[in-house]
Amino acid sequence: MFNSNILKNEEKAVFALRSLYRKYGYTPFKMSKFEEYDLYVRNKDFLVSDSVITFTGMNGKLLALKPDVTLSIVKNTKDLPDTVQKVYYNENVYRVSKNTHEFKEIMQTGLECIGNIDTYNIFEVITLAAKSLEAISDSFVLDVSHIGIVSAALDSIGCSRETVKKILTCIGEKNQSGIEKICDENNISAEDCKKIIALVSTYGKIEKVIPELRAICDTPELKSALAEFESVCSLLVSSEFSEKINVDFSIATDMRYYNGVVFQGFVENVPTGVLSGGQYDNLMKKMGRKSGAIGFAVYLDTLERLNLVEKKFDVDCVLLYDENTCPADLADTVNTLVAEGKTVMAQQNVPENIKYRQLLKINGKEVDELENND
Amino acid sequence: MINVALPKGRLGEKVYDMFEKSGYECPSIKEVNRKLIFENEEAGVRYFWVKPSDVAIYVERGAADIGVAGKDILLEYAPDVYELLDMNLGKCRMAVAAKKDFRDNTENTLRVATKFPNIAKDYYSKKGRDIDIIKLNGSIEIAPILGLSDVIVDIVETGKTLLENDLEPKETIVPISARLIANKSSFKFKMEQIENIKNSLKAQVKTDD
Repeated sequence: MFNSNILKNEEKAVFALRSLYRKYGYTPFKMSKFEEYDLYVRNKDFLVSDSVITFTGMNGKLLALKPDVTLSIVKNTKDLPDTVQKVYYNENVYRVSKNTHEFKEIMQTGLECIGNIDTYNIFEVITLAAKSLEAISDSFVLDVSHIGIVSAALDSIGCSRETVKKILTCIGEKNQSGIEKICDENNISAEDCKKIIALVSTYGKIEKVIPELRAICDTPELKSALAEFESVCSLLVSSEFSEKINVDFSIATDMRYYNGVVFQGFVENVPTGVLSGGQYDNLMKKMGRKSGAIGFAVYLDTLERLNLVEKKFDVDCVLLYDENTCPADLADTVNTLVAEGKTVMAQQNVPENIKYRQLLKINGKEVDELENND
Repeated sequence: MINVALPKGRLGEKVYDMFEKSGYECPSIKEVNRKLIFENEEAGVRYFWVKPSDVAIYVERGAADIGVAGKDILLEYAPDVYELLDMNLGKCRMAVAAKKDFRDNTENTLRVATKFPNIAKDYYSKKGRDIDIIKLNGSIEIAPILGLSDVIVDIVETGKTLLENDLEPKETIVPISARLIANKSSFKFKMEQIENIKNSLKAQVKTDD
């Protein structure tokens, strides 16, 4: 029904992902364009940026254009014991762009799995993240990590919140010299410093990284976080995506939102991450929920320039006519050309900035070719 | 093919020499002409000269896989990139400087002239000092002399320019040096090559002691 040539990357991805999520029993979640501003004020810490577009609704309530989807979904789900709610969405969110310092509309699709989350659910969501990337491009990498390991490693050192924040920034940058400097300035022991640096220098395939992690996980908290991570990793190693999955702690730096497994997806030739997700029980707790949750978002706006090929022609034929042309003859000619599989633009004059394959002129019921650029 | 953004100027030339020693040579780069892009297909490397303050942009947006940028630029623009190595080159410091007889009168808002408004804001907000930022693009040193600002926040290498303008450094904000940076996505797909370059450059980094 659709000619895939006319669909943009992001549109193709929306169709592919919607069908993928449905196959695994995720149901669509359609939300309102607006949300009460109060929701974002109460959960400001969880937003990527503080700025939200607000306006007053008809009943005097302050409303906002959604800067985030997860908060709205969590707000609308209930704690149901021993069940897991699985939903997917395709929504626009409004955030401030770092480059233009202006609001930008971002098309986002993703899924959330909320309830009594077990190892299978975590594995399923990570696998769906990998399948989502596969639907976008053959060349992709999914980085996985565990916030619990980073947080237990930093807790075991016992430094101030300010220092932890600086160390997390360095972990996110893979900045080894930065960590050494912070440790030096804060009298953190060489052994502890080595432990943090290991989080930066240890990355790659699961089979390589896990044994290296075992060597640094020496406290009960670290061991327990690693055991949790290993239970998921052991499934990922034997999955069809084992070659595409890497462990990388540079993605595990957001402790406000996430708590357990986190992951980020990259596609070749897109300079930023295109998918991001993880377990966010902290947010659930803050919103008064007893259950856990895991989900991810795919940032479809990042796909706009992926494999972009400049079109040789905007239209196959520009068909010129004049005031003496019979409209019925013109319509017949246009339809005949369309039926031949051509794209046709009927114009009285040659349009500017349009690249056409053929320039035609209608002459009664005949068509004359004036120009051919093929 | 690895795309490398090098900062134009003396620092960039030193950095290129280090890349050359690592086996990523591209002899045409040393020819005297106005070309900005140089490629050695055999070695799998393409270099381009860009304005030092633009290196981070090229890398963040993926036009370059890796590049070498000053820590001042990384602190000011906070690009979303990996900072893989301190190259211990181009060493200087970000400092507050003022006229020799300057006394910080905390009764008034401090007027700060700088090319680095984010670094200045961050430094003074941590101190809880109320400041007025005057963003300039060059010749910062004349701002306190003409009474445009009380202090300046700028890069100090030897302090000679300051001295010649009757100014002196008052406080060091942060030491600066050149860093090897990488695009996060490129790092995932060209990990082995980028790692090789990093390790080979690391072996050439001169330590202070």
